[in-house]
Amino acid sequence: MTTQILIAGFGGQGILFTGKLLAYKALLEGKELSWLPSYGPEMRGGTASCSVTISDEPVGSPIIDHPDVLIVMNLPSLDKYEDTVKPGGIIFVDSTLIERKVKRTDVQVFYIPSTKIAQDMGAGNLANIVLLGKVLKDCPAISRAYVEDALKKVVSAKHPEMYDFNLKAIDAGYNY
Amino acid sequence: MAIVFEKPKSLTSKEFHYCPGCPHGIIHRLVAEAIDTLGIEGKTIGIAPVGCAVMAYDYFTCDMVEAAHGRAPAVATGIKRARPENIVFTYQGDGDLASIGMCETVHAATRNENITIIFVNNAIYGMTGGQMAPTSLPGQVTQTSPYGRDVKIQGYPIKVAELLSALDAPYYIERVAVNNVKNVKHAKQAIEKAFRNQIEGKGFSLIEVVSACPTNWGMTPKKALEWVDSDMIPYYPLGVFKDRSKEEEAK
Amino acid sequence: MSEKVLMKGNEAIAESAIRSGCLCYFGYPITPQTELAAYMAKRMPKIGGVFLQAESEISAINMVYGVAGAGKRVMTSSSSPGVSLKQEGISYIAGADLPAVIVNVQRGGPGLGGIQPSQSDYFQATKGGGHGDYHLIVLTPSSVQEMADLTSLAFDLADKYRVPAMLLADGTMGQMMEPVLLPEPHDVTVEKSWAVCGTQMKREHNIINSLYLSPEVLEKTNFERYERYKQIEENEVRYESYLMDDAEYCIVAFGIAARVAKNAITAMRKEGIKVGLIRPITVWPFPVKPIREAADKVKGFVCVELSMGQMIDDVKLASECKKPVVLCNRAGGMIPSVDQIIETTKKMIEGGAR
Repeated sequence: MTTQILIAGFGGQGILFTGKLLAYKALLEGKELSWLPSYGPEMRGGTASCSVTISDEPVGSPIIDHPDVLIVMNLPSLDKYEDTVKPGGIIFVDSTLIERKVKRTDVQVFYIPSTKIAQDMGAGNLANIVLLGKVLKDCPAISRAYVEDALKKVVSAKHPEMYDFNLKAIDAGYNY
Repeated sequence: MAIVFEKPKSLTSKEFHYCPGCPHGIIHRLVAEAIDTLGIEGKTIGIAPVGCAVMAYDYFTCDMVEAAHGRAPAVATGIKRARPENIVFTYQGDGDLASIGMCETVHAATRNENITIIFVNNAIYGMTGGQMAPTSLPGQVTQTSPYGRDVKIQGYPIKVAELLSALDAPYYIERVAVNNVKNVKHAKQAIEKAFRNQIEGKGFSLIEVVSACPTNWGMTPKKALEWVDSDMIPYYPLGVFKDRSKEEEAK
Repeated sequence: MSEKVLMKGNEAIAESAIRSGCLCYFGYPITPQTELAAYMAKRMPKIGGVFLQAESEISAINMVYGVAGAGKRVMTSSSSPGVSLKQEGISYIAGADLPAVIVNVQRGGPGLGGIQPSQSDYFQATKGGGHGDYHLIVLTPSSVQEMADLTSLAFDLADKYRVPAMLLADGTMGQMMEPVLLPEPHDVTVEKSWAVCGTQMKREHNIINSLYLSPEVLEKTNFERYERYKQIEENEVRYESYLMDDAEYCIVAFGIAARVAKNAITAMRKEGIKVGLIRPITVWPFPVKPIREAADKVKGFVCVELSMGQMIDDVKLASECKKPVVLCNRAGGMIPSVDQIIETTKKMIEGGAR
């Protein structure tokens, strides 16, 4: 099975970090994977996106034209990518930042006010992780397995306290 | 009968290709004598430029590298960083060092690369037949400044020793000349010092040698040496422009 | 036993180079290969290696020339505009018969172009780039694993044949992360009796040089070099043949284009279209033989490229134009999509392969 996940939002929202966490999780699960960021000036405030492909077989193209799973954290990204999602795919929406609903009717949609939840936790910059918690819960192709170990890999060794924060954020999304 | 004068050991027996009266021969000899005196022939790597000294690799007995035009300080940087135990020198002319290679020169200097640069300033492109150099004097007639260098159009000459001395990093910068016996003797000391600095790990040493180009200046060798005195040295004063050993002493 | 780690392609090149005995690196910042220099800057001081940010790409390649002449493994990396600046130095390195590794993480051009992935430096890499008759061994990684493996191979081949080798990657390969098994640090001591490292008063002086004013002598050095190139062409061609056994149509693509092509092939095979892929891993030497053989078997070729069509010339030459060769391309930093490849292939099929 191959799952193509596209994560998109503003630069600075931790889009690439979310992708990295998923990538490490897949690595620890013994799966094949690729992680491809958008790069360049958009890293500083423009839209950022990250394509993660997780598969039981060697990954073909790391570029995702039609994602199985779309995780969006701002309106421009939803506008841009909504129509590209495969029929039967899943869209996860940060409903704090995106007020409109998804128009597609042939996809499954989950809304979660992840930015608000994160802010209420006193960790506004972890909205991406709250949203990821929701993905781990409701996306059948992505289980919660190994996420703690993956987190250890991606959280900077200089800030070990961030590990607990991140874990709490995942739980908040997971239990929403 | 005792031999009182012979070829330095660090020069090969290959005949120089330089024009009659060209001071490159003298300067090569001074470099070779310094290498002999310091006993470093076996670990020295020389870098030849593009220009009249392009075939210097045939004249020195040490290992030699021929560099692209202007790039000798970069090549020297690579070699010295990879093999810090070796002694690395470049031998460059004014077009090579101060025109196309100015960037490499300034940056090697500001890194205080532990290398020795012998910079031969004869105010003209010799190898290509006498075009205006970055060091050609105001008013100097060359193939590409046929009406004399007009500073309003072609800018002013670059005083390399002064320019590099403005940097904090370089260890030793001196300008010498080889137009008379006294100056040659002094140039020898300066070149030797530049190599010694490297042996002692002090860093970047550059000796600017005010030289002559009888062929392209259109002068006899003797007249050319006189012109060095009358025109070149007044514009390019001799002396030590930077010596950080003095700063070290002061501390 | 080492295990797979997750790395960016640019970092995989850097770490693989170090493990392959490259302890000297010179670079100049340019997107999208900067991670490589950053990695070297971090690692080299800790292992007694040399990292130096040169004042320009020109200086960097000449530092490489120096170190290569001094007999040590050395690498520089850049992206398209920077690699153009290095061409003079590369020509000198080739002319002086020195081994060195140059990485080009390509971006769109010409001119300052853009920073998104491209393959439009194919001509520059495979047909010369600088002045004079010479070739580079040009390796084209198609995964992060190959970024590591081919870096290691590039050093070995460069040393073996005394030629510069280039890793021709693109922005996607440099930026993406995949699991990679890094090469074990291995002994890479290669006898280099020609190198300048001081005569130690034990031998005649060595000279690193590409100047030969006698045309007879210069011609001889060219002929001798091309003898070596012939050996390289005979021994070092590398390619991947994917589902070619029963293929009626052949896609030719390298790097990221080959990855996209594989997805297109999977989709087309599901529809019963028998498509295969020949993926050159060396683009110089070019895999002429497999393409010539395919030309007798398949009905047509589709060349997928991130350029206005450069490798397609080599495909036409290799196939001797026995079968139609069509181009499926994007340029300027765009990447052909799976849909585009399928559409181009189908169009060729419908058009009677013409």
